[in-house]
Amino acid sequence: MKLRIPTLLALAGVTPCIYAADAITGEVEQQAINIPAIVMFVLFVGATLYITYWASKRTSSTSDYYSAGGKITGFQNGLAIAGDFMSAASFLGISALVFTSGYDGLIYSIGFLVGWPIILFLMAERLRNLGRYTFADVASYRLGKRQVRTLSACGSLTVVALYLIAQMVGAGKLIQLLFGLNYYVAVVLVGILMVLYVLFGGMLATTWVQMTKAVLLLFGASFMACMVLWHVGFNVETLFSDAVSVHAKGLAIMSPGGLVTDPISAISLGLALMFGTAGLPHILMRFFTVGDAKEARKSVFVATGFIGYFYILTFIIGFGAILLVSTNPAFYDASGALVGGANMVAIHLANAVGGSIFLGFISAVAFATILAVVAGLTLAGASAVSHDLYAGVIKKDNANERDELRVSKITTLVLGIVAIGLGILFERQNIAFMVGLAFSIAASCNFPILFLSMYWKKLTTRGAMVGGWLGLLTAIALMILGPTVWVQVLGHDSPVFPYEYPALFSMLVAFIGIWFFSITDNSVAAKHERGLFLSQFVRSQTGLGASGSVSH
Amino acid sequence: MHEEAYRQIERNPRFQELVSKRGKFAWTLALLMLGLYIAFILLIAFVPHWLGTPITASTVITWGIPLGIGLIVAAIALTGIYVRRANGEFDRLTKAILDEVKL
Repeated sequence: MKLRIPTLLALAGVTPCIYAADAITGEVEQQAINIPAIVMFVLFVGATLYITYWASKRTSSTSDYYSAGGKITGFQNGLAIAGDFMSAASFLGISALVFTSGYDGLIYSIGFLVGWPIILFLMAERLRNLGRYTFADVASYRLGKRQVRTLSACGSLTVVALYLIAQMVGAGKLIQLLFGLNYYVAVVLVGILMVLYVLFGGMLATTWVQMTKAVLLLFGASFMACMVLWHVGFNVETLFSDAVSVHAKGLAIMSPGGLVTDPISAISLGLALMFGTAGLPHILMRFFTVGDAKEARKSVFVATGFIGYFYILTFIIGFGAILLVSTNPAFYDASGALVGGANMVAIHLANAVGGSIFLGFISAVAFATILAVVAGLTLAGASAVSHDLYAGVIKKDNANERDELRVSKITTLVLGIVAIGLGILFERQNIAFMVGLAFSIAASCNFPILFLSMYWKKLTTRGAMVGGWLGLLTAIALMILGPTVWVQVLGHDSPVFPYEYPALFSMLVAFIGIWFFSITDNSVAAKHERGLFLSQFVRSQTGLGASGSVSH
Repeated sequence: MHEEAYRQIERNPRFQELVSKRGKFAWTLALLMLGLYIAFILLIAFVPHWLGTPITASTVITWGIPLGIGLIVAAIALTGIYVRRANGEFDRLTKAILDEVKL
């Protein structure tokens, strides 16, 4: 039984595709059926369905459906945002990266974290003050509503689709590894459950499912890290020195390895992670679920705290696995390979420190994580269609609330079917680049428009459209021509575009395009749009007129 | 709907004060965070060996470990600092500005 799951991590460090941390990829072999894990997963599903039933009775208007009526508290929202980031792949993937390469795992997780302070300082309160349900509300505040909403919806749907593929395929692979069940069972199950959550419970259920999962995952990871520290007598020095003495790479695990090779790639990756986060539709929509800018800020602080804490835990877990998993022959098969591949180290460690019941718990939580993340994605996709395309573009902001809600629910159903289809279609494909592409598109299309619409008075519709489309297309083109797709997926010898991460270049193209086509725009409409900046600016600073705020 | 109020607020010196204070504070923290992260990336790209040097002769803990963990802690601390001032001082100022409009 030889199992290899080179997630992103390209474990040995050969052309590391860092992006794919959010994708479980490669061939896996179905494991023996894991009863405790399945039982605990069924309990989780039962609890979440109860949450959905509870939420459905509180969800009637479009405002309830898209943004839980703005009644989520800052703390709850922060926990949910953290939940969006603590995906199955980041839990299993980062601990696996630490297990195989040590320090590189820390570098990788830092890239994911540093975007959050920037979002807080520059965007969170303005977003909350200007938007209602989707980030397109903000981007189109003073610009041509139909064009900007169309582009934003295309950007959102592309990001959602790419993310969904990665999650669905990941779910299929995980269910084989964790529960010993069939790939298709996972894809269909995830598809049905995500539709149920979103269709009946809207944002309220989606948020509570995400929070429930975040608490369970934080509890499980904290327990594992504590057990690891207890094992070394709570002496960090012992943890590291013991790990160095048993690891094949020895002292090399304490310093940067092959993860980041040249500065251009490193900075491009950093930009994609940082600003991609600030352009992900399922993350941005969470800022509209809280009552005001104060709660929006609080939620970023809570989220940054939990995400940072979680990454420190995965670092300890990875080193703990070097001590407790790599030294235990029970976790290796006859050929000397880790059972289930490197992605399984956190799961094996759960077994080593907590026995079979805890193993079941961690397996169930890892799988539940996917459910919570896809529910958020589905809701973001559904609101892009119903709020931006249907109500904004087709009905020109004159849609009746019931029709808009109906369109949203139909879209949710369609997205569920599409997600199942994509999961089956992409089962055997190399999907490692999907999440990377999603981050690059978010950073090169959604983010520049959103950011400049809030900060730059001279932005016009023409500039936003030309620059936004250029950014979107450049990101896709460079990704296809780069090493990840051109060489690894299409099988060519050498890439046309040498860097793995296009963000540095595609963001530049987007910003220059937006700038040039805005300043050269002398139309009457452009003058009008610039004239509207003042009121937008005052509202973004003070919250006067913001949705859900107390009217003054 | 709030056009007149927006114009009134824009002329209020307190609003100008809020905008300039908060803007400076937010950009300072943002540039600090970006600077720390870029410095870290450049260290990895150009002097990975230094990051892999043990802190003292008697330990395996390298400079990279406290720096990396420190960056995580710094991200959390900076968001905390911003939220504290924004939810206190800046929100009080905002409220005062909005109260003036009502009169």
